[in-house]
Amino acid sequence: MDWLTPEEWQAVALSLRVAFWATLFCLPIGVFTAYALARWAFPGRQLLNILVHLPLIMPPVVTGYLLLIAFGPQGGLGALLKETFGLTFAFRWTGAALASGVMAFPFMVRAARLSIEAVDPKLEQAAATLGASRAWVFVTVTLPMILPGILAGCVLAFAKGMGEFGATITFVSNIPGETQTIPLAIDLALETPGGEGRVMRLALISIALAAGALALSEWVSRRVAARVGGV
Amino acid sequence: MTLACHLKHAFPGFTLDAHFEVPEGLTVLYGRSGSGKTTVVNAAAGLLRPDEGRMQVDDWLLFDTAQKAWLPPHKRRVGYIFQEGRLFPHLTVAQNLRYGHWFAPKGATPEPMDRVVNMLGLGPLLHRRPAALSGGEKQRVAIGRALLAAPRMILADEPLSALDDARKSEVLPYFERLRDEVEIPILYVTHSAAEVARLATTVVTLEDGRVTGQGTAAEVLGDPSVTPLGARAAGAVLEATITKHHPDALTELNAGGTPLFLPALAQPEGSSVRVRIAAHDVILSTTEPADLSALNLLPGTVQDIRSGQGPGAIVSLDTAAGRILARVTRRSAERLDLKTGTPCYAVIKSVALAPQDIGG
Repeated sequence: MDWLTPEEWQAVALSLRVAFWATLFCLPIGVFTAYALARWAFPGRQLLNILVHLPLIMPPVVTGYLLLIAFGPQGGLGALLKETFGLTFAFRWTGAALASGVMAFPFMVRAARLSIEAVDPKLEQAAATLGASRAWVFVTVTLPMILPGILAGCVLAFAKGMGEFGATITFVSNIPGETQTIPLAIDLALETPGGEGRVMRLALISIALAAGALALSEWVSRRVAARVGGV
Repeated sequence: MTLACHLKHAFPGFTLDAHFEVPEGLTVLYGRSGSGKTTVVNAAAGLLRPDEGRMQVDDWLLFDTAQKAWLPPHKRRVGYIFQEGRLFPHLTVAQNLRYGHWFAPKGATPEPMDRVVNMLGLGPLLHRRPAALSGGEKQRVAIGRALLAAPRMILADEPLSALDDARKSEVLPYFERLRDEVEIPILYVTHSAAEVARLATTVVTLEDGRVTGQGTAAEVLGDPSVTPLGARAAGAVLEATITKHHPDALTELNAGGTPLFLPALAQPEGSSVRVRIAAHDVILSTTEPADLSALNLLPGTVQDIRSGQGPGAIVSLDTAAGRILARVTRRSAERLDLKTGTPCYAVIKSVALAPQDIGG
């Protein structure tokens, strides 16, 4: 395994870690938001919808800048989180995970929402008449039926987390070993004389990881779909 | 046991204002689509919150808007059999059947699984998923799923209407067994007179959101003034016992001392059945007809004649077997000079009595 330098390995490991935590962070909040958008009528529903989609439409630099304002050392939220949980984001890998999570969030919500809207509420009603409370209806009927959609959302979020660039570099800068994920390492290598080999290696790894994630999700979701709708 | 229902609910363009109290057994809500039957059942299940009203079974209160009392659907323990089955596609038949049992309170005594599986003939289906079931099989699973949730009341919303005739006659007997073997109230919605005739302990007729009649199947279906589906669906119900299965594929019944011949029935001799005789299958004659191919001849007297703008009239005839309705033209009624008290014979072809109109 000496075809990658230790710094390159670091970038790959960091990317995986950042993407993993970004996905994990998106998953529960994204599914909950998707459920609220799909099923509940509440004031501000449209506003929430726009807010969720903003990272998708805004320039990533702007998202990174807003994160810097909110979670930076001088930011209100950043100071609060540091005081209460000892959690710092600015110029740390946690910040890279947060930026990736925010950028991946709309993908997760869109995938989950589509599958929730495909679930017939009549089935949920039937479950209620059989004695299941709202939470149990969700766990025993809704969740198993939307699992393929959620998996698809996870893969999208993970891929987004692996590839996030603009918001990350703006929010947490490009620090090797701390915030330098694969795209940031590629960016640096492109500006470094003689970095072509590193660029190529990291690019190939990016492609392999993305294709692998997609294949895995196809395989899992086909198995889940066969179980859910299957004969 | 008494089921009391008082409901007021306004939809755009339609108001339901239904009040009835019925005794134990299977109560059929009978009326055409849009008459408010499903609304009543959904209110009983808690799937629809009515503007005003109260529903209770003895002292078990489902809701009372005056007291602001409202049991959420999952606390009502009603077994709801939906028109489209609504089985969970991601669960096997066995898991669907057990679903309600997971949530039934510890103290509840559900029907034993084996008994329900046998009663509904579900044994060979248990490991399949709903996608691999026929319509009739799905409905039988839906009945079983509702029963196994240890319900205190069963609701059925046109459970047979999505099925073809063959599947209907496959599922219908299970509702008869439900009525006779399960000791909880059943509220059953239909617009089929045949289902009313076969199943109802009590019939409540609904028209445009209002209750227009209530009684036994024989009383309501034999009353020419209560025909929520129009004169075309009119037909009286006779109670009879099977006296003999004849070798020429006919079954002889005894209806109030009068013999009736029908195409062979499956039930054993001695069992009692209800026979629905559609009004348009009855011919009237003022003299005793001879040399007629029809096997069933019931002497009686005209009790009432009703007619409207159309060419038809509904004649109700009191016979020893019970009330019979005949649908004839107004012209015939005049030609035969029919009026209250006229002695008359009702002629019914045996083969006109369809098997789905005959049941226990």
